[in-house]
Amino acid sequence: MIAESIKEAANVLPSNVPCRHFKVDAEGWRQFGEGVRSKRGNLLSLWGTDDRDRDARYRVYAAYLEAKSVSVVEHEIDAGTTPAYPSIAEIFPSAPRMERAIFDLLGIKSMQADYRGWLRHAGWPNEVFPLRRDFDAKSQYSVISEPYPFVQVEGDGVHEIPVGPVHAGTIEPGHFRFSVVGEKVLRLEERLGYNHKGIAKRFEQLPQRRGHSLAARISGDSAVTYSWAYCAALEAITRTPCPRLGAHLRALALEHERMANHLGDLGALGNDAGFAFGLTHFSRLKEDLLRTNQAIFGARYLMDFIVPGGVATELPEDALQSLLGQYAALEHEVLSLRNIYDNHAGIQDRFREAGVLSNELATNLDAMGLAARASSIERDLRVNLPWYPYNNLELKAVTQAAGDVAARVNVRFDEVFASMDICRTLLEHLPDGPVRCAVPDAKPDQLGLGIIEGWRGPVLIALETGADGSIRRCHAHDPSWQNWPLLEYAILGNIVPDFPLINKSFNLSYSGHDG
Amino acid sequence: MLKTISQMIRSGILTEKIESRPDPASDSKELQQKIWRLLGRALSIRHVDAGSCNGCELEIQALNNPYYNLEGVGIRFVASPRHADMLLVTGPVSVNMEEALRRTYDAVPEPKLVVAVGDCGACGGIFGKSYASRGGVSEVVPVNGTVSGCPPSPRAILETILETICAAGSQPDATHER
Repeated sequence: MIAESIKEAANVLPSNVPCRHFKVDAEGWRQFGEGVRSKRGNLLSLWGTDDRDRDARYRVYAAYLEAKSVSVVEHEIDAGTTPAYPSIAEIFPSAPRMERAIFDLLGIKSMQADYRGWLRHAGWPNEVFPLRRDFDAKSQYSVISEPYPFVQVEGDGVHEIPVGPVHAGTIEPGHFRFSVVGEKVLRLEERLGYNHKGIAKRFEQLPQRRGHSLAARISGDSAVTYSWAYCAALEAITRTPCPRLGAHLRALALEHERMANHLGDLGALGNDAGFAFGLTHFSRLKEDLLRTNQAIFGARYLMDFIVPGGVATELPEDALQSLLGQYAALEHEVLSLRNIYDNHAGIQDRFREAGVLSNELATNLDAMGLAARASSIERDLRVNLPWYPYNNLELKAVTQAAGDVAARVNVRFDEVFASMDICRTLLEHLPDGPVRCAVPDAKPDQLGLGIIEGWRGPVLIALETGADGSIRRCHAHDPSWQNWPLLEYAILGNIVPDFPLINKSFNLSYSGHDG
Repeated sequence: MLKTISQMIRSGILTEKIESRPDPASDSKELQQKIWRLLGRALSIRHVDAGSCNGCELEIQALNNPYYNLEGVGIRFVASPRHADMLLVTGPVSVNMEEALRRTYDAVPEPKLVVAVGDCGACGGIFGKSYASRGGVSEVVPVNGTVSGCPPSPRAILETILETICAAGSQPDATHER
């Protein structure tokens, strides 16, 4: 019955971007991946579901980012004693961690070599799989200690430096295992998952109308991106497009989020290069922007601004003038600070040729978003697969060629200016009408995707509806999944003291990754 | 260099007055002296992210910007729990961070204070209690002060830090033993 309805959907999935849907067998699962790779497409996300209650099957899904669309590939797995599917790790080096996460949550195995727990750190028993339908979300287990074998590097003078999960700065938890000779890094192995708080399972306890609140809290620095992606999926499934004014305000909020994060990073990067002046001044500009958010959107961080059907509040009356004034002042300040950064020999010495990620590596490793654009990958979904209102704007993806810290700094500078231009255009052409519309409960068993290019890269929400306005399954994907492994490569041959700088130049999300 | 200096002069001093709820009259100098009287030196804080979405981290980081100028009132963030008087803990305490949080707490010398930051730190927030989340900092380590909000503003965090020190200062036994 359900399979029939998907067939009738004529291979198109509801989404804010062009999205095609394919069903494949085990052989086709790999073949499809190879086909995408041969056309230089990238793996966007990988997830699984437990559908044993429906048709005695598990399913795995892969979303691929191609030149003109997103393809979602679905593969059914018989729910036998050891449910398994072929690994695509050899085709997409970004896949293994996602496959390990699918195993930790669902107990379906890809046939790859690395079976170490990724999200499961012995906080729950290894025969228990939280995303299975028969798992009680309220279950609590005491933590036991389980070893995690890092890959050993051997040789004269090689030693290990373990860092984390509690780091020296005010940042998120994760573990880095460096193998070094002298100061030079021979190998870095990351261990993540410390921030896993069961978000996918939590979604299943929420009604569709409240899912956006949880989505906004997957990675706080990308609250607008995630809540928009969630709402885009729900609105596509229910065929209730957000009113045009609401969409403009969403885009305004998204660009403010981009600018605030970029300003914060530009300051932190200066600081990590020993230039505290940069932190002082960029953190001042970021604070100014957050206070503007408070005045215009009603909050410094927009956790609850984007709601299904539109946005929560209208623009205050004097918003237009005040925003344009803010942008003018900000533009002047950022130009002046960029001039100082560009002409500061000490900073440039630290930025240039540090943490280089070549274009070839970035392409092969499925680099996403800002990090990819700093290695000449011209892809920004606001440009390549634009949704309203971005499809009405003339945009160009910001790129840099060098792939080093300096390139990632320059992409941020350029994107701050580009975002300001977008905001001005959005404000200039504000449509009339309401800021939101009512969104009905979706029919059960509908799958829809929301994909939004946030400041870090594309965020994906795959939403499957349940009966009576419930969420059957919601998978959230952060671009950090693809970009964390990049850091392991970018650090090679660099010195340990440059790690904080190189790490910050990517500024990846732990929480968004860990779920 | 000239540009850097002229930028500094142009921006001027932006630090705003802090009003703490227990003592609204006190300006930053008085607060600094109060902290000095209580501790004999700066208050050292170690931050621990125990499963936060990173929203609270952003607002804690903002405390160091020129508007709030945390170091100006004699409060600083330190890199090790062994140097800390206070732990500032965010997140609902993910199960995967439980042991790290306990160990960090144990590494802080007595007397010590713990402030739970954000709705998650206070009660688990939207994540609640689950197989992966303990549902609040006080479920794992003793807590002296709580600031709710999602995320709480830098000012709210600062006020709670000050309240917690003042409360501990007026009752010497308030800092807990394990």
